Amino acid sequence: MSWLIKTLTSTLGRKLIMSLTGLFLIIFLLVHLAGNLQLLKDDGGMAFNIYAKFMTSNPLIKTTSYILYATFIIHILLSALLTINNLRARGAGYKVNRLSEGVTWSSKNMGILGTIIFIFLVAHLKHFWYEMHWGGIPMVTYEDVTVKDLYLVVATAYGELWYVLFYVVGMIALGFHLYHGFQSAFQTLGLNHLKYTPAIKVVGIGFSLIVPALYALIPLLMYLS
Amino acid sequence: MKLTLKIWRQKSAGTQGKFIKYEIDNISEDTSFLEMLDQLNVELEEKGEEPVHFDHDCREGICGTCSLYINGHPHGPHQTTTCQLHMRSFKDGDTITIEPWRAKAFPIIKDLVVDRSAFDRIIQSGGYISVNTGGTPDANEIPIPKDVASEAMDAASCIGCGACVAACKNASAMLFVSAKVAHLGKLPQGEVERHARVQRMVAQMDEEGFGACTNTGACAAECPKEISLTNIALMNRHYFNASFSH
Amino acid sequence: MILDSKTPDGPIAEKWTRHKFGMKLVNPANKRKYDVIVVGTGLAGASAAASLAELGYNVKAFCFQDSPRRAHSIAAQGGINAAKNYQNDGDSVFRLFYDTVKGGDYRSREANVYRLAEVSTNIIDQCVAQGVPFAREYGGLLDNRSFGGAQVSRTFYAKGQTGQQLLLGAYSALSRQVNTGKVKLYPRTEMLDVVIVDGKARGIVARNLITGVIDSHSAHAVLLCTGGYGNVFYLSTNAMGSNATAAWRAHKKGALFANPCYTQIHPTCIPVSGEHQSKLTLMSESLRNDGRVWVPKSKEQAEKIRTGEIKAGSIAEEDRDYYLENRYPAFGNLVPRDVASRNAKDVCDDGRGVGPTGLAVYLDFADAIQRDGRDTIEAKYGNLFDIYEKITGENPYNVPMKIYPAVHYTMGGLWVDYNLMTTVPGLYALGEANFSDHGANRLGASALMQGLADGYFVIPYAIGDYLATMPYDKVSTDHEAFREARDKVDNDIKKLLNINGSKPVDHFHKKLGKVMWDYCGMARNADGLKKAKKLVQEIRDEFWSDLKLTGGYDELNMSLEKASRLVDFLELGELMIDDASLRDESCGGHFRSEHQTDEGEAKRDDEHFAFVAAWEYKGEGKPEVMYKEDLVFENVKLTQRSYK
Repeated sequence: MSWLIKTLTSTLGRKLIMSLTGLFLIIFLLVHLAGNLQLLKDDGGMAFNIYAKFMTSNPLIKTTSYILYATFIIHILLSALLTINNLRARGAGYKVNRLSEGVTWSSKNMGILGTIIFIFLVAHLKHFWYEMHWGGIPMVTYEDVTVKDLYLVVATAYGELWYVLFYVVGMIALGFHLYHGFQSAFQTLGLNHLKYTPAIKVVGIGFSLIVPALYALIPLLMYLS
Repeated sequence: MKLTLKIWRQKSAGTQGKFIKYEIDNISEDTSFLEMLDQLNVELEEKGEEPVHFDHDCREGICGTCSLYINGHPHGPHQTTTCQLHMRSFKDGDTITIEPWRAKAFPIIKDLVVDRSAFDRIIQSGGYISVNTGGTPDANEIPIPKDVASEAMDAASCIGCGACVAACKNASAMLFVSAKVAHLGKLPQGEVERHARVQRMVAQMDEEGFGACTNTGACAAECPKEISLTNIALMNRHYFNASFSH
Repeated sequence: MILDSKTPDGPIAEKWTRHKFGMKLVNPANKRKYDVIVVGTGLAGASAAASLAELGYNVKAFCFQDSPRRAHSIAAQGGINAAKNYQNDGDSVFRLFYDTVKGGDYRSREANVYRLAEVSTNIIDQCVAQGVPFAREYGGLLDNRSFGGAQVSRTFYAKGQTGQQLLLGAYSALSRQVNTGKVKLYPRTEMLDVVIVDGKARGIVARNLITGVIDSHSAHAVLLCTGGYGNVFYLSTNAMGSNATAAWRAHKKGALFANPCYTQIHPTCIPVSGEHQSKLTLMSESLRNDGRVWVPKSKEQAEKIRTGEIKAGSIAEEDRDYYLENRYPAFGNLVPRDVASRNAKDVCDDGRGVGPTGLAVYLDFADAIQRDGRDTIEAKYGNLFDIYEKITGENPYNVPMKIYPAVHYTMGGLWVDYNLMTTVPGLYALGEANFSDHGANRLGASALMQGLADGYFVIPYAIGDYLATMPYDKVSTDHEAFREARDKVDNDIKKLLNINGSKPVDHFHKKLGKVMWDYCGMARNADGLKKAKKLVQEIRDEFWSDLKLTGGYDELNMSLEKASRLVDFLELGELMIDDASLRDESCGGHFRSEHQTDEGEAKRDDEHFAFVAAWEYKGEGKPEVMYKEDLVFENVKLTQRSYK
């Protein structure tokens, strides 16, 4: 196993982990979005609440969620470690810094963007995930099932302007993070090809615009209605 | 032209450095950037001050000796080496800040001169094809497709100046290492030992204290020889392939 | 002293084979008992160091640059010749040999040149095996081109960066041996003296350029692979650091210096733009395939161009003098380097030069662009045009290029025998540092060939023959001879630092360069040389009384490095002048204006000057003594060159 440790602790190995965890989180974003979109359904939150119940009780999903937690933790901790190492590798910095041609602002500020997303994430988890699992959420009964009324918690939160703004800022950071992260993950995996990379880039840009926008749209719409 | 120069001065590796401001006049726009510094040095020496030390040798953009971080860019505002930069790229009255390459793996020796021997040690760890002199087959024995030869040539044009490390916010040497990995790995002669090569070179790169790549692309954007980012992807591929399937 | 070239007997094609067989061998197990010092890590040095380490010798490799990969071999653009005859166009070892001897204007040693041509084919095999990405045809085989007026296509190339790729090949082989521990590398370390014990070279004294520490290194043999001395002229296509110090200090320790006056001037360089200029940049000779060289017919128009009153484009076709096409209808713009260079000088001396300084001629692509289209020209020369525009700020697609000749290569160097050994036993000279293969003029794409031939395929054999006779014992660096050499170097440096004059180094170097260029450059004559000798002596006196150095002894001090190198150039310059005065004939790059044919060509005097002039240092202030090695031509017929 020493070869595995050696590989994964090398700079390339760490980048590989960043890339794979990043891609996994991108998939998670889609799944999560599919759930969130149900908030917009005009049924008083029934679909959403049943969906929430399903996500917290299905054994397969539950197992997957542990992998997800691990992925988050690894992605975050490793990025912190890499950032510290990278800063150390630079040493004393430059007095004058300019962006090189064709280099995006987000690519040079993934750490800052990640930190904003991290803060968002902590608040987000506290508000919804923690409440859902261990908080005192009122119950609601639909026909023959009784579930926690997470919809109520969400709708209350989205009724607060500051929270909506906080959410939007978080999604903007996520958009920029994905703008670089999406295509970067492929480059790290070694998937850079004259023919296919342009397509990856287009998909990446589309993803980084549309997905965070849809996320942000939900609290906005709910606040406005 | 009349210019204000802010130059990093540092007596030796162990001492504190600082920026010193110099005014210089009568610079022709046909002068190269290094000749402008020559002119400054003559003036300094005539006043009895020590000249500004900077690395340079061929002054035709191929030896890779010259460096300098000029106004926030390695080798200055254009994608070329400092020795090929001319003063017509600046305006009368400009202020130019000149810094050494900054990286833990490139310690400063004096003023703007840094120690890039880490690059040599990376090549020594595996940047070669293990053949001895003599006993090699006829040069035409192995046909190599023209486009493969030309891709290998593009990667091989790296001059080892270190601009990639200087440009990278993480002081990563991935572009340099990958250029050699790609040059040798693409050719049939070099394919034989490509797994061992990439692993040894990456291990040495890490040991030297270079940072990790975050795919910003600054290295390729500033590389005077336009070495492409695809080399880094290729190196990653070779490395993972070598590590997981061999 | 009788100079014994040790050329083996027998027919020319068998000399090297027979000689190799006759040479003594060192048992593989005993090779590790011998230490070899290699100074310089260019093509010759890196290839020699790598090859010797592979054989099992312990090698110490020195270079003044920060890395072996920076040696100036890296800047060679065009290509490398080899008698592979891959093109089926009639090339052969004999033809390459013949062309090289003829191109050298019959002033080289036949046996050495033949060997060079013979091993040229192995070089290509070796380099390809190392991964040198030579240009290829669509079928995957190696591509060749014709170069420098050769009538066969025998030049292998890697874009316009052949020197870089070959050097990186040799550097990778060297790096591999560093990794095995057989080579110890000393970068940023400059050799300042050879140490001789009991008449044999047994080590060197070198200065660590970062700490200033003067150290000595002992070995069983010393190889000087330190390049040429073109920087005597201050402005040349050499790198800023290229110097003659190692060769010259070896000369002062007893190694004879051969044909110092043979220098090559390259016709297509970017002209000097002003006083500030530090270095000249070569534009590939291939440009002359499509560019037309011209100046205005009248001095008046040239004057107007110089002052900027009119532009090249406003000179009517009939007022242009395409002087190469007119004078040499058969070869036109493709005449050899020396002929093209001298003609450019002639028209400029005649007051018809262009550019602000009047020291430039046009190389015009307008006709070629009109004939072949801009795209074709761009495909062929695009990168060269870009380089030109970067340096001059002018776009050669719209206005004619300006070019002028510049010092490029020095054929002279340390005298060596067939085994590449100098007159000091155990001291070898390889590559441009020796004199042996190019005669009075070097052909294009032959410098790379010679450096690698010496390093990969000659010295590994030759050194065994010598070392086999040597005891294994090492000489301690505490030995009297080492101590003396260290003290001398230490004193010399302190002396320079203590002059306390008023002028920086470059002031003297520029002055020396101008004298050498004016009187010992493209054309020389007896009166001028006499005058130059006196001028060089004056500059030297001024240098020793008025040099100002700042910075200290025990630190990185680049001005001190330059001054130390200039000391040697100031002495070597005078020897070049003496050699040029003595050689009362014209040959190759050595053009004595007293000796020219009616057509203005170099006129040799084979009866009196078919010899190598090897000079012996006799002590400070004493005139050097010249020894002759007569050149015998058994395989090549001596003829007068003509390009009409």
